[in-house]
This record gives sequence, C-alpha cells and structure tokens, in this order.
Amino acid sequence: MVAAQSTFLTTLLGSAPQRSTGMAWLDRVRAAALERANAAAVPSAREEEWRFTDLAPLARLSFQPRAQAAAPSTQAVAARLLPQAYARLVFVDGVFAEALSSLPSSAGVRVMALEQALRDEPALLEAQLARLGAYEHNVFTALNTAFLREAAVVVVDPGHAVSGPIHVLHLASGSAEPYAIYPRTLLVAGARSRCTLIEDFVALGEGAYFSAPLAEVSIAPDAAVSHIRLQREAASAFQIAAAFVEQARGSTYRLVHVALGARLSRLEVSVVHGATACETAIDGLAMIGARQLADTHTSVDHAHPEGRLRQTHRCVAGGAAHAVFNGKILVRDGAQRTDAAQSFRGLLLSERAQIDAKPQLEIFADDVKCAHGAAIGQLDAQALFYLRSRGLGEQQARNLLTYAFAAEVIERIAVPAVRSALARVVLERTREAA
Amino acid sequence: MIRAGAPVLLDVRELEASIGDKPILKGVSLEVRAGEVHAIMGPNGSGKSTLAKLLSGHPAYSVTRGSVAYRGSDLLGLSPEARAQAGLFLGFQYPVEIPGVSNAQFLRLAYNSVQAARGAEELDPLEFDDLVREKLALVDMDPSFLERNVNEGFSGGEKKRNEILQMALLEPVLALLDETDSGLDIDALRVVAGGVNSLAGADNAIVLVTHYQRLLNYIEPDYVHVMEGGQIIKTGDKALALELEARGYDWVRAEFDAARAAA
Repeated sequence: MVAAQSTFLTTLLGSAPQRSTGMAWLDRVRAAALERANAAAVPSAREEEWRFTDLAPLARLSFQPRAQAAAPSTQAVAARLLPQAYARLVFVDGVFAEALSSLPSSAGVRVMALEQALRDEPALLEAQLARLGAYEHNVFTALNTAFLREAAVVVVDPGHAVSGPIHVLHLASGSAEPYAIYPRTLLVAGARSRCTLIEDFVALGEGAYFSAPLAEVSIAPDAAVSHIRLQREAASAFQIAAAFVEQARGSTYRLVHVALGARLSRLEVSVVHGATACETAIDGLAMIGARQLADTHTSVDHAHPEGRLRQTHRCVAGGAAHAVFNGKILVRDGAQRTDAAQSFRGLLLSERAQIDAKPQLEIFADDVKCAHGAAIGQLDAQALFYLRSRGLGEQQARNLLTYAFAAEVIERIAVPAVRSALARVVLERTREAA
Repeated sequence: MIRAGAPVLLDVRELEASIGDKPILKGVSLEVRAGEVHAIMGPNGSGKSTLAKLLSGHPAYSVTRGSVAYRGSDLLGLSPEARAQAGLFLGFQYPVEIPGVSNAQFLRLAYNSVQAARGAEELDPLEFDDLVREKLALVDMDPSFLERNVNEGFSGGEKKRNEILQMALLEPVLALLDETDSGLDIDALRVVAGGVNSLAGADNAIVLVTHYQRLLNYIEPDYVHVMEGGQIIKTGDKALALELEARGYDWVRAEFDAARAAA
C-alpha cells in the first residue's frame, strides 16, 4: 500500500543527519533500512495486524531526534538501579551514559555499549547485528535500524553462567519538545550458557516522546535466557517495540514483559524455533488506565519438532483504556510433538475500558498438543463480597483483587528485587486506577 | 446459654426480602441475645441461607419490609464491611477462592480492618504471624495454609476450618455460620465444632444455619428454629432438632398450617 507519508515520518526521516558509523557494513545496513523507512507509511487500522491499534495520535505529532541527552540527577537514577545486577548499561534518552553504567570485565561475558562492541568484536557484530531484526516489512524496526547509533550488546561465552542479571536501563528525561529515540539491544548467548537480561524503560519526567526499541536475542544450543522487559514510559509517550528471538536446539527462552506506561505502546515479540526441542515461556501483563492503549503481539514459530510453549497474558484496563492482545502460534508442517499452551485473561475495571484479544493458532502438523483459552471479565462479585464481609472496604477489596489478578504474572519474575519492586508499583497503580 | 436480661444482639422483625422480583423471606422474626446459640434448620430453599447472607449485607437481596436491629441500631443501612467491623461474621457455605492473594495477607488485612474500626491496635506481619499461629491450633490447621492462596485448592474441610480461623481472629459479637457442617467428614466436623465452641462466650452469640441435626451433637443450641417458605414456622429447644431428624419437616408444616387455619 502506498500512502502519503505522514508528518510524523516526514519529520523523523527529514531530520536524519546520517554521520558514518565508521563501519562500511553498518552504514550499508542503515542506508538500506532508511530506504525502507522512506518507502513506508505509518500502518493504518485497515491493516489486519493493526486493526485494534489506531496510530493516528502518533502520526499527528512531529518528533525531532534527541540532540543532546539531559543529565538526570544521580538521586533520580539511584532509585532505578538494581543492586543485585551483575552489570548495568544506562541510556538517557537513547544515549549511552557511561558514568551511570557499571560494566565489570570478567571472563565468560562481555557487556558493552555499541561503540566498544564495534571496536572489540567487529566480526561478531557484523554477523549478528540486524540479522534477526527484520526491517523489510515494519516501518518501526526500519526506523530503529536506520538511526542505529547506540545499542546495548551482551555476549555470553559457551558454557558460562552469568552471576547476576544484566540490567539495561533506559531513562527518558522528558522534555517540552517531542523527541524520538531508538533503543537497541543485542544479546548473543553461547551454547549451554545462562543469563538474565532486564530491559527497563523508565520515565524520569513527563513529556511526549517517541521510542522505537528493538531487541535481538540469539540463543545457541542448550543455552537458557531469561528476559524481563518492563515498560514504564511517561503518560504521554509512545513506545512501539519489537523483540526478535531465535532459538537453537534444546535452548530455553523465558520472557516476562510488563507494560504499565505510555499513552500508546505496542510490543511485537517474534520467537523462532530454529531447531528441535526448544522451550519457550512468555508471560505478559498490561495494566493501564485513563486513555492508555497497550498492544501486545506475540508470535512463536514452531518450525521444528518437539518444541514447547507456555504463554500467559493478562490485561487490566481501567478508565477509557484499551488493551490489545494478539497471540500467534504457528506450528509448521513437520513440527511434530509440539506442545503449546496459551492462556489469556482480561480484566475490565470500568465500563469505558476495552480489551481485544485474538488467539491465532495456525497448525500444519498433525501430532501436536495446542491448547488456548481466552476470557475477559470483571472483578468477581462473590470474591468482592467475601472480602467486604471480612471488614475490607469496597475500594480496598477491589484493589486487592485487581492486584491479585496481575500478580500471577509478576510472580513469574525470577529476580526477587525486581519482582517485589514491581509488586509495589502495581499495587500503587491499582490504587490510582481505582 | 440463656440468661434472663442478657442484652439483645440481633432483633429481626417481620423481615421480607426478595432477589429480583422473587420473594424469598416472607416475614421472619428472630431475637438473639448475648450468650445464646441458635440453630436455624429447614429444607432446601426455605430461605435460611438467604437470611444469613442478607444479615451480613450481601448485595443480591433487597429488603421489602420489616427491620433488623443489631445491638439496638439499624443494621440494614450498613455496608458489609461496616457490619463486619461492628462484629458481625458470616461463615460462608461456599468460601470463595481468591487466586493471587495469600491466606496470610488476607487474614491480616481482615484482622487489621476490624481492629482499626474498633480503635484497636493493628499488627505488622511479624506480630500477626504470632497471633495467627496461636489461632491455627484451634482448628488444627497446618501453618503451610497461611502461604497458600485464599481457599485455592483447599478441600471442603480445609475451607471450613479456614472460615473458623477467620472467626477466631475477628472475634465476632454475632457469628452466622451458614452450613458450616456441609461437606465435612466426622473428624473435620469435630474439629470445626470444637473451634466454634471455644469461641462461644457470654458476650457473643452464634446462629447456626444447618440442614442436619448432626452438627448439633457437637454444638448444643439453646434454640432450634424451623424455617420453611421464607418464615420461621416453629421454635423449640435442642429436642426439636432430634425430632426433626426422626420425623422430617412435613409434620411441622402441617402443624403450622393447622394453627393458622384455626386462627
């Protein structure tokens, strides 16, 4: 479909002073992506993949590239840090903040910003960067790639188990002028390695900004990656994110993703089983109110036999919020003995809230187990009465039940400090949404 | 224990109530004084569970006539939580499962809500843990039940023990126990009844809603009421329960109808 380019895209693309990265291959990738972005349009609700998510509020705005990162106070940053982390990469408005980061050097794992990675691991970067993150058909991944200048890069050697989580913290400082940022993460997990990656998107101030993060996760045979993704962008921000995951034989990928912030957010997760016996777990929570929209699109491509998927998604929508879930499970011809289960539950807290859920199972193999369930409802009246009959006020009872609904996903977070911090945030959010 | 001059805790007068357009209670009167144990018996659909739920503030029922006073003040205008805070307790026939909320968290929230309303001290998790472990012994429950989600995956007997545990913590003035004996084997029944008996005192009262006489072997009632068709049609002492067990309910109805016809 050829459509007139929106102000949104014209401004973004017109503002691209493309300095060379110093790497010819990377300049070529960026140029190709820019060409794609130039030919693209902002998706409209007429497209099936965007049926429930109206990007008109985004397309109306003009965003400039962030010229200079604001320096947040150390106090504001300190509260966002995770003491248990093995390493920390901090980006402020998309720009690597070395002074706030902590990059230990020890055998078996390298945690780097892009600049250093291009210096230290040029061959690996050339082979891996933009390999999974397909930009041919998606204007937002094309934008991210076209403007690729900053990234968090994690390389885990075969057999190595990283001693603590790797915390990639994206801070948005907020600004009166709408600006655009393109966070990017590359994780390459060697065979039999173990690691936990936390991608944490936090707003320090208010302001309308546009963020199009992209993560590429490549998991070698028998490796296990735990991926936690927290979206707490500013109330007037837009985040359109994508994560591309490729699993090799016998590997495990566990994702817990939580969306609390942004005026409009979307996460597209694409997991490909590249060989037999891959195990995937995806647990998601979107908890929104006011006029927020949170869209989650996941796709797991079972291309080989004996793959396993466990997926849970929960949406809590209050106010006039709109939550969208599309969970695609593709079982290709020959992917026998695939065992997939998907469960979706939505909780509507108000009459004006809306939830759209679409389980999408496409099965071309005959010896498979695929289960899915989807339910959308309100707080259970019996449970409310039970709590009130024990002395809890009506609002307190509602908050507790709402929290409990969300807690099922939060409890899947394997890092205790993140889990308890998020539990507090969600409990507060429950009170605000009330 | 019946004592002359004991304060009236509950005074239900000519109560009529319906669910939607359907009348369920058709003129119930009941007076409960401190120290007393009442049993309300009757066949299925007689309205006895409705009465218990209505008294604790269940929103499904609307009162169309009559009045209820609790310790001398109107009860019906109060929210369910205000009733609980004032010392009313409903032991549920079907305790509700609440996934995602631990039993310990739930019990402490309930306890502190009621304590705060009474102007008494609220407890932090550690202090509360001491208290709740002491009460667990009363209903012979394993402490592991505190860590589990409220009633989730509990057996019928475990759910009922959990109800009595809540009663023990909240120390109600008036406890309405709705079919607390249903679904219990004899051991669980003994434990639950033992818990209830140890909570009965001179200053509080218990109303048991039950289908079977069996429970009354363990908790001795001062009054037995027979409810049918939304009315209390006969009141007696514990001997009445045994007679009902032996003869069924039909004769009570016949007697009631005859008396009404004669009037």
